[in-house]
Amino acid sequence: MTDNSNSSKNYAKILHEIVNKKYKKRLLVNKLVTMFTIVCVLAAIIPLGSILLEVVKNGASAISFEFLTQPQGSIGSGRGGIGPAIQGTVIVVGLASLIGAPVGVLAGIYLSEFAKGGIFPDLVRFFNDVLTGLPSIVIGIVGYVIIVLSIGSFSVLAGSIALSIIMIPIVVRVTEETLKIVPYSLREAGHSLGISKAKITLSIVLPSAKNGILTGIVIAISRIAGETAPLIMTILGTSLFFTGITGPVDALPLRIWRLASQPYESAHAFGWGSALILIFMILTLSVGLRFLARTKSFKADY
Amino acid sequence: MEEPIETEDGIIEGASETKKPTIQGATEKYKVRMENVNGWYGAKRAIKDIHLDVKEKSVTAFIGPSGCGKTTLLRCLNRMHEMTPGAHADGRVVVDGIDIYDKSIDPVIIRRRIGMVFQKPNPFPTMSIFDNVAAGLRLNGMKNKTIIREIVEESLKNAALWDEVKNELEKPGMSLSGGQQQRLCIARALAMQPEVLLMDEPTSSLDPIGSSKIEELVRTLRDSVTIIIVTHNMQQAARVSDFTAFMYLGDLIEYGPTNQIFMNPAKELTERYISGKFG
Repeated sequence: MTDNSNSSKNYAKILHEIVNKKYKKRLLVNKLVTMFTIVCVLAAIIPLGSILLEVVKNGASAISFEFLTQPQGSIGSGRGGIGPAIQGTVIVVGLASLIGAPVGVLAGIYLSEFAKGGIFPDLVRFFNDVLTGLPSIVIGIVGYVIIVLSIGSFSVLAGSIALSIIMIPIVVRVTEETLKIVPYSLREAGHSLGISKAKITLSIVLPSAKNGILTGIVIAISRIAGETAPLIMTILGTSLFFTGITGPVDALPLRIWRLASQPYESAHAFGWGSALILIFMILTLSVGLRFLARTKSFKADY
Repeated sequence: MEEPIETEDGIIEGASETKKPTIQGATEKYKVRMENVNGWYGAKRAIKDIHLDVKEKSVTAFIGPSGCGKTTLLRCLNRMHEMTPGAHADGRVVVDGIDIYDKSIDPVIIRRRIGMVFQKPNPFPTMSIFDNVAAGLRLNGMKNKTIIREIVEESLKNAALWDEVKNELEKPGMSLSGGQQQRLCIARALAMQPEVLLMDEPTSSLDPIGSSKIEELVRTLRDSVTIIIVTHNMQQAARVSDFTAFMYLGDLIEYGPTNQIFMNPAKELTERYISGKFG
C-alpha cells in the first residue's frame, strides 16, 4: 500500500513538472497564435477599408443632384450625371431578383424537403454547383445568343435573365443548407398534428429559416449588382433612360467601366462617384434587408 | 373469450381488484389494437409480431431497456415510423375500428386524431404561445377565431399551463421553461381534440419538478383521452399507468395491469428488469 501511494505521489510530481513546463510554453504559443489571428484580420480588413476610403475620397466630390438624376453630358465636358445608370441598375437587378429569388428558393425547398433520394436531386445539385462556378461572361454570351439575337436588340429582359442565372445557384445552395439546419423535430411536430407537408414547409419550416434565406438572397443580389461582363453582352449600355423592357439600358458597373476607359479627368471623377453610389446602394440593401429579417413578428392573432 | 383468463399463477385477473379491468376480457372496449405489428429499419426488425390491445381512457406504459423497440412501436401507432428514411412497418393497427395501415387511409388524417408528444419539447420557434397551440387548428383549415380562441384556452387549461401563461400569450413559445414548453406541446396536441395521445418519454429532458407536473397531468388527462406513454423510468410507469407493457429486444415480453407487472410479474425477465438487475 505504502509503495503504491508513494509511487502515485511520484507520478503526480512528475506530471506536475511536465504540466508546469508545458504551461509556460502553452501561454507563449497562445499569445503568438492570438497575435497571428489579429494580423490576419487586419490583412483582411485593410484592403477593404482602403478601397472604401479611396472610393469615398475620389468619388464624394462628384456627387450632386445633377449627378444622380441627369443623363451624361457631352463627352469630356464634365456635365450631366449617371441617372440612367442608377435607374438601369435598379430595374435590371430588381427584375433579375424577382426572377431569381423565387426560382432559387423553390428549388432549394425541393432539394431539402421534397427530393427523396435517387439520382435526380444529386444531378440538380451537381449542375447547380457547376452553374455557381460558371464565368459570368459565359452566361452573358449565352444571354446574347439566345435572347438578344432572337429579340433583335440588347434589352433589359436579356440582362435580367442573365443576372438571374448567376443569382439562382447561390440562392438554391443557401436555401437548401439553411433548411437543413432547421431541426427535424419541428417537421415531426407538424406531422404529428396532421398538418400537410406543404403547410409544414411553408408555415413552420420556412419561417424558421427566414433569416438565413434572406441573407443568402442579399448576398446574391449584391453579387449580381456588381456584375459587368454579362451586361456588356445583354444590355449594352446607353446614355439614355429606360425606354422599355426590350430596349437597351444602362447600369452602374457598365458606366464605371466606360467612364474609367475615357481619357478625361472629369470622366474619371464621375467613375469614382458611380462606384461610390454602387457601393452605397448595395450596403443599404444589405443592411436594410438584414434589419427586416431581424425584427421578429409575434402577432398573436386573437 | 367470454370468461376472464387464468394466469400462470392460477389467479383470476380482475377478480381481486374491483375497478381495474383486465387486458384479456373480451367485453372491454379497445381503443387501439395491434396485430402482428413488425417495425423495420431497412432489413433490421426492430419490433417483432406485437399483439397488444389498449383500453379506452386508460394510461398504458411501454417500458424496457434502451433499444427494445418501445419508441418504434409507439411511432407505428400514428405512422410516424415510416417518416424515418428506410423504415417501414407491417401488420395491423386498428384504432377505433379503423385499420390505419389500410391503403385507402392517408396518414395525415390519422395523425389528426392521434396526438403525439416528443422526448424533447419542440414548440414552433417562430410562433407565440397562443399561435403554437392554434397552429394545428389553423394549418388544418380552421378559420373561426372565436372557436380557435376557445380551444386554445381550453387546451392550455387542460395542459395545466393556462394560469402561468394567460397574461403573456403573445410571447414566443420558446421563452418558456423546459417543463412549460413540454406542457405547451401537450396543449398543442390536445387542441386537435385527439382520442389517443402518444407520449414518447415526455419527461426525459425535464427536471424533477417539471416531470412531476407532467405526470400529474397524465393522470388527469386519462379521464378524457387514451394515453400511451413510453418511459425509461420504471417508477414513472408505476405511478402514472394503468397497464404496462414490458418489451425486450423487440419482443413484447409481458403485458398486464401495472400493479401485476410490478408486484407479481409472470416472467422472470420482467422481474429481473423491474428489480433493476439489468437494463
